[in-house]
Amino acid sequence: MELSAILLQVLNGLDKGSAYALIALGLTLIFGTLGVVNFAHGALFMIGAFCAVTTQRLLSISTITIDETKTDFLGKPLQIKTPIVESWFGESVGQALIDWSVPLAILLTIPVMLIIGFVMERGLIKHFYKRPHSDQILVTFGLAIVLQELIKAYFGANQIPAPAPSVFIGSFDFGALIGMDAGKLLYPYWRIVYFCFALLIIGLVFAFLQFTTFGMVVRAGMADRETVGLLGIDIDKRFTIMFGIAAAVAGLAGVMYTPINSPSYTFGTDFLVISFVVVVVGGMGSLGGAVLAGFVLGILESFASMRQVIEFIPGINQVVIYLVAIVILLVRPRGLLGRKGVMES
Amino acid sequence: MLGLSRNDFLMLLLVLFLVAAAPILLNPFPEGSSLAQFNAGYPDLMQRFLIFGIFAVGFNILFGLTGYLSFGHAAFLGAGSYAGVWMLKLLTINVIPAILMSTIVAGVFSLLIGYISLRRSGIYFSILTLAFAQMSFALASSVLQPITGGETGLQTNLNDPRILDGANTSGNIPAPSLFGFEMRESIQVPMGDWLWTFNVGYYVCAFVLLIAFYIAIRIFRSPFGMMLKAVKSNNERLSYTGINPRPYTLAAFVISGMYAGLAGGLMVAMDPLAGSERMQWTASGEVVLMTILGGVGTVLGPVIGAGIIKYFENIFSKINDNMLQSWFAFMPDGLESFMVAVVHPFVGKGWHLSLGLMFMLAIIFLPGGLIGGIDSVYRRIFKKRAQ
Repeated sequence: MELSAILLQVLNGLDKGSAYALIALGLTLIFGTLGVVNFAHGALFMIGAFCAVTTQRLLSISTITIDETKTDFLGKPLQIKTPIVESWFGESVGQALIDWSVPLAILLTIPVMLIIGFVMERGLIKHFYKRPHSDQILVTFGLAIVLQELIKAYFGANQIPAPAPSVFIGSFDFGALIGMDAGKLLYPYWRIVYFCFALLIIGLVFAFLQFTTFGMVVRAGMADRETVGLLGIDIDKRFTIMFGIAAAVAGLAGVMYTPINSPSYTFGTDFLVISFVVVVVGGMGSLGGAVLAGFVLGILESFASMRQVIEFIPGINQVVIYLVAIVILLVRPRGLLGRKGVMES
Repeated sequence: MLGLSRNDFLMLLLVLFLVAAAPILLNPFPEGSSLAQFNAGYPDLMQRFLIFGIFAVGFNILFGLTGYLSFGHAAFLGAGSYAGVWMLKLLTINVIPAILMSTIVAGVFSLLIGYISLRRSGIYFSILTLAFAQMSFALASSVLQPITGGETGLQTNLNDPRILDGANTSGNIPAPSLFGFEMRESIQVPMGDWLWTFNVGYYVCAFVLLIAFYIAIRIFRSPFGMMLKAVKSNNERLSYTGINPRPYTLAAFVISGMYAGLAGGLMVAMDPLAGSERMQWTASGEVVLMTILGGVGTVLGPVIGAGIIKYFENIFSKINDNMLQSWFAFMPDGLESFMVAVVHPFVGKGWHLSLGLMFMLAIIFLPGGLIGGIDSVYRRIFKKRAQ
């Protein structure tokens, strides 16, 4: 096996791994702060992706003018569609805005996801703190179905493409960069962007928790909620905000993933099951573990889908993540970086 | 009676009556009337009531008694289905070996998965079973294609060997039967405006359900059932009394897996086609929903839950916009189209939305399920009278 083939698999694993890491990070934040197992997290990822679709549609709203002098191929007067943004900002800026609709969607995603997160926590999850974990799983599972179906009712069941800005179309030649034959190690620009974006978000979340007073209080609350509450701090309010942030992280992971894979209403479910596995492998309640396990499993999955490996063990690409999870759960139930005693009974 | 207390025996009789008379009871609206679309008395749907009833009763033996929430039971149903189709293909078109084999294969499969998964409890157990089920699903739809037929599914063919019957190469593909009675055969009895359909397959399912239900009652009331309830209420204390709870939970897991396999076997006995989508985790979620909606830990609840969900699945998904317009026709035009627009997302292709909402409402407001809800209402009335 050549070095370039191995490198290619590592690179291929990074973008999926980034998505796993971001979703798992949000799940762990919710579990670590509120102790709730959120099965609706995949749906939040999916809603984020549909924020990109919405932004694209909003920017493409057009006014129709009829040019009587020309006719279209049916012989009717030609209709000219002009997107409103073009008439507002001029043609070149308007087209650039439409072209950049996916990155611009971030601006829409953050407030939308924060609001959804707050409403979800205050309206529903709050009432489930004292109920058993199985009830929490089930109610969020039901919520996930509802959110999915609402999106399906509005956007339809088909995949909706949301392309990356045209600047990022094409691939970057890693092979040439490190002195190998050109063309052997191609990697799409957008996936590089996605990976960097994921690192940025992860960095921001960790910095927020590590270097701000708010983050310090939240970490204290994760360690001992009761004592922090007795110190006169309204920890519930802060945890609600953390829920909103976790939802926003999932939404951002979704919005930037749309150019890699066109979203449909089932977008989240595929990621959800695997993200749970990621959380468990990383260690319940361990933020670093979730990120680490996300990338490790993403890369592992991409190695398992190599032709040579599949020829050796057929079907391994489909099951490798679950196999790892089963082994980890049986051998080291607290996960890679989990604290001792968390959910270990 | 039959080793049951008086109340349980009455419940069994009630189920016997409901199941036997279902083709009549479920067809309350005359044929051809505008309400006839709400009739549930056609064989295909009634068979599904019973089959999913068996599935849910079995699931309840694990979840209701021990509290272990499995998110992978659809895998056992799927495995049972495949085993059943293979028996129909290889041995005989008679359904009895198929149903037996489904149960056995699912039992072995669940023994394997249960042995590993039960090393953990709580959320870890749920995720382990989920991982195993997703693995089975992924393998069944890809690599195991020679055994499972992949995504198109596995079905009986004209030139299957069928060792006992002998292969036939002409005519139609034989339908699953029980000693010559084909499962799809029905007797239709017109009675005034009503049309009652008595289907062979349905009564085979009914017979199996009654046995499965009887066994479930016996398990619930047995010392073994008490032990399982002890696992649920305090596993730790149970181990301190010197009892190893794992063999008991494993037994419950295998029994519920066998119920799932039995349901899968009946499914292919009614319609000899097994697809991998049966093993998907949303299918596992559905059986959880049936159990919860009916009432976790009650004997009768899961059957009722299964019936309600399958009914809504069929009826809701059949309603289209024309029907909605005719219902709201009495309203002024603007209001009519508004009402149609409001109801539209919940019916037809969108019935999953209603399902999700029903699911959430059941968990939020009825933690004890329908049976628990009826029980508490009954108690409240009774208490008031006593005062």
